[in-house]
Amino acid sequence: MERTERPRGLTRRQLLSRATAAGTAFVVGAGFVAAPNAVWAYETTHLDARAFATLVQMARDIYPHDRIPDENYVAAVKGYDTADAASAITAGLAALDAAAQGKGFGSYLDAGWERDRVDILRGMEESAFFQQIRGGLVTGLYNQKAVWPIFGYEGESFSKGGYIDRGFDDINWL
Amino acid sequence: MAAPFDLNDDSVVVIIGTGAGGGTLANELAQKGVKVVALEAGGRYLPDDYINDEWESFGQLAWVDPRTTSGDWRVAKDFSGLPAWIVKAVGGTTTHWAGASLRFQEHEWKAATTYGAVQGANLLDWPIDAAEMDPWYTKAEDKMGVTRTGNRPGLPGNNNFKVFEAGAKALGYKEVHTGRMAIQSSDEGDRVTCQQTGFCFQGCKWGAKWSTAYTEVPAGEATGNLEVRERAHVARILHNEAGKVTGVEYFDADGHLQMQKARIVCLAGNSFESPRLLLNSASSMFPDGLANSSGQVGRNYMRHMTGSVYAVFDKPVRMWRGTTMAGIVQDEARYDPSRGFVGGYELETLSLGIPFMAAFLDPGAWGREFTTALDGYENMAGMWIVGEDMPQETNRVTLNMDVKDQHGLPVVNVNFSDHPNDKAMRAHAYKQGIAMYEAVGATRVFPTPPYPSTHNLGTNRMSENARDGVVNRWGQTHDIANLFISDGSQFTTGAAENPTLTIVALAIRQADHIASEMAKGNI
Ligand SMILES: Cc1cc2nc3c(=O)[nH]c(=O)nc-3n(C[C@H](O)[C@H](O)[C@H](O)COP(=O)(O)OP(=O)(O)OC[C@H]3O[C@@H](n4cnc5c(N)ncnc54)[C@H](O)[C@@H]3O)c2cc1C
Ligand code: SF4
Repeated sequence: MERTERPRGLTRRQLLSRATAAGTAFVVGAGFVAAPNAVWAYETTHLDARAFATLVQMARDIYPHDRIPDENYVAAVKGYDTADAASAITAGLAALDAAAQGKGFGSYLDAGWERDRVDILRGMEESAFFQQIRGGLVTGLYNQKAVWPIFGYEGESFSKGGYIDRGFDDINWL
Repeated sequence: MAAPFDLNDDSVVVIIGTGAGGGTLANELAQKGVKVVALEAGGRYLPDDYINDEWESFGQLAWVDPRTTSGDWRVAKDFSGLPAWIVKAVGGTTTHWAGASLRFQEHEWKAATTYGAVQGANLLDWPIDAAEMDPWYTKAEDKMGVTRTGNRPGLPGNNNFKVFEAGAKALGYKEVHTGRMAIQSSDEGDRVTCQQTGFCFQGCKWGAKWSTAYTEVPAGEATGNLEVRERAHVARILHNEAGKVTGVEYFDADGHLQMQKARIVCLAGNSFESPRLLLNSASSMFPDGLANSSGQVGRNYMRHMTGSVYAVFDKPVRMWRGTTMAGIVQDEARYDPSRGFVGGYELETLSLGIPFMAAFLDPGAWGREFTTALDGYENMAGMWIVGEDMPQETNRVTLNMDVKDQHGLPVVNVNFSDHPNDKAMRAHAYKQGIAMYEAVGATRVFPTPPYPSTHNLGTNRMSENARDGVVNRWGQTHDIANLFISDGSQFTTGAAENPTLTIVALAIRQADHIASEMAKGNI
C-alpha cells in the first residue's frame, strides 16, 4: 500500500470522476483501488481491483472498527494479492458474491447495510475461505502498530523507562 | 568460565532443559561441585535481546515445533497445533512467566485424603508434605527474591490492581494484595527494581523478574562446573543391559546427532517433552518407554483450571501499564466443598496487549460484539483464574506416530477434557470475578476461555508406590535409579497455586539428594 496525497499522478477530482463506488473503497480503473477522499491508494498486482475492494470490505465487516481507516484493512489483506494466493481468493470472493446474489443483492458490495453483509458472511462462516480471511486478520489487522493508538494501547515502554514515573497507578476515579 | 566436558565423560550429570526445574537443578549441583552438562533445545536470549512486542517475542521464544491435540477442550479447536504456550530457550518458560510464587496449602499435598474419592479423578496424595517442604520453599523464595516473604516488601499496585482490589473489597474478600512475586521490589538485592514497564510475559528487559536465563544459569557457569549446550535437542535417553541410563543422544545446532555419556540423567523438558522423551526412548528392554512400568508416563496431564475475566468500565484503566500479574485474591483458594467442587482457586490480575487480546479474548469470534469489546480496551481491567484441576488418566500425552518434528521424531498428541469438578469451579470463579468488577461499575464483562496451557503438570507423577506413578519422593524414577525427573511433570496433583515456586523448591531439594547420594556412591 502506498499512502499518497495524490495517487499516481491523478488529481483528486480526476480520481473521483473515474471511480465507481465499491463499498467504502473506490475502484479506479483496472487494478487500482483508492479511498474516496484519496488518502490512500493501492494498485493490485494479481487480484482484480473490484475483487480487492470486496476483500477490503469483507475484512471491515468481519472486524468492524469505525475509527480504523481503510488503509489499515488494506494493509491487513494485501498479502493475498500474490501469484500464489490470487486464484483461491478470487474463487472465494466469487462465492461471496454468489451468496449475496442468493439473498437478492447484485453483489456483496451492493449490499449497503452492514447487517445484510454480515448476514451473507454468517452463511459462509464455516468455509475455509472465510476462516482463512478471519484468521489472517487477527494478526494482520491488530498487530499493526499504526492501529494501536486507536485503542489507546501504548505498546512498548522500555525505551521510555517504563511507567514507574509515567502513570502506572494514575487511576483517579475509584 | 564455560566448562566444556567431553562427550565420553561418563562422570557428568546430564540435565535436559534449563527452565524452572532444569536451570535451578543445574546451578544447585554446580555449586556443590557436581559436574553438569545441561542440554537445551533453544537458543540463549538475555534481557537486551527480549522484544517488548507480543507476537515478535512469541516468535523469538515460544516452542512452536509441531504438536497435535484432541479432547473436548476448546484449545483443541481454536489452537489445535499449540496446546501449550511455553518457551524453547535457555531459561525455558521462566523467560515468559509472570513471577507469581505461591506455596501449596498444607491440605493440597494430600488431595486424595482431603477430597476423598472423586469420580473419574485419579487423585493421589503426594508422598511428601508441607512440613517437609517448608525449608525448601524458604530457600526457593530467597533465591528468587519473592516479595512478601523474608523481609521483602510487596510491589506497588498498578491501575489494574486498584480496580481489582476495590472490587474484591466490595465483595468482602480479605486476602487481597499485590501478590508474592519473584520480582525485585526494593533496592536490596541483586536485581534491578521493577520499572513497571509491563511485558513481563515477553521477558523482563530490566532483569527485575527472576528467570533462570540470567540468574541460575550464569551463576552455575561461573563455578566452572556447568556447561550449557544450547540448541541441543535431546532425541533419546540410552541405557545398558543392567537397565541403567548411560547417556543421551541429541541433535546439535547443526542438526548432527551427538552422544553425551552420563552418570545420571535428569529430565526437565516440561510436561510434554519429558514424557515424550521417555516414550521415544523405548527399547527392547523397555518396550513401553523408559520408567513406564506403571503405565503412568504421559497420563494425569493437568493444566490448572483456568479462565479470565475482563471487564470494561466507563472510564480509563490502562491495565497494561505496570507489572502484569501483581495482584491476587486468595479467599477462594480454600478447601470448601459447599461451593459445589473440591479444591480451590486464586484470582490474579492479568493484562494482555491489543495483539494478544484480539487472539485470546474470544477465539474465533467476529463482528461487532467482538470488536466493540476491543474498542473498550483502554477502559478494560483483567484477571486470570487459576485453580486445582482433577488429574484424569485419560488426559494424557501420547506419541503421534503420524506427525514428525524437524528431527524426524514423533511429536506428542495432547488429549484433554475438563472434569465436571473443573467446570463447576470455573463457573464459580467466573461468577465471582464478574461480581468483583460489577461491584466497581463495570459496564460489560467477558468470561474469557482458557488460553493454550501455560501451566503443564503431572505427566510423570510422584507416588509412594511404584504402581501409581513414575517417580518417588525425590523425583527419581521408580524403575531406573540414575534417571530423575526435575520439572513440573512430577506433580502428583496441581493445587490451586501457580507451580513454579514448587518446581524450584523441589529442584533445590533434589540437588541436595543427588549430590549426597553421589557422594555415598549410591548412584
Ligand atoms: C505466559 C506465562 C506466564 C506464566 N506465569 C507464571 C507465574 O506467574 N507463576 C508460575 O508459577 N508459573 C508461571 N508460568 C508457568 C511457568 O513458566 C512454568 O510452570 C515453568 O517454567 C515450568 O518449568 P519446567 O522446568 O517444567 O519447564 P520449562 O521452564 O518450560 O523448561 C523446559 C525447558 O526444556 C527444554 N527442552 C524441552 N525438550 C527438550 C529436549 N528434548 N532437549 C533439550 N531441551 C529440551 C525447553 O526448551 C525448555 O527450555 C507461566 C507460564 C507462561 C507461559
Ligand atoms: S513490569 Fe517489572 S517485572 Fe514486569 S517486565 Fe517490567 S520491570 Fe520486569
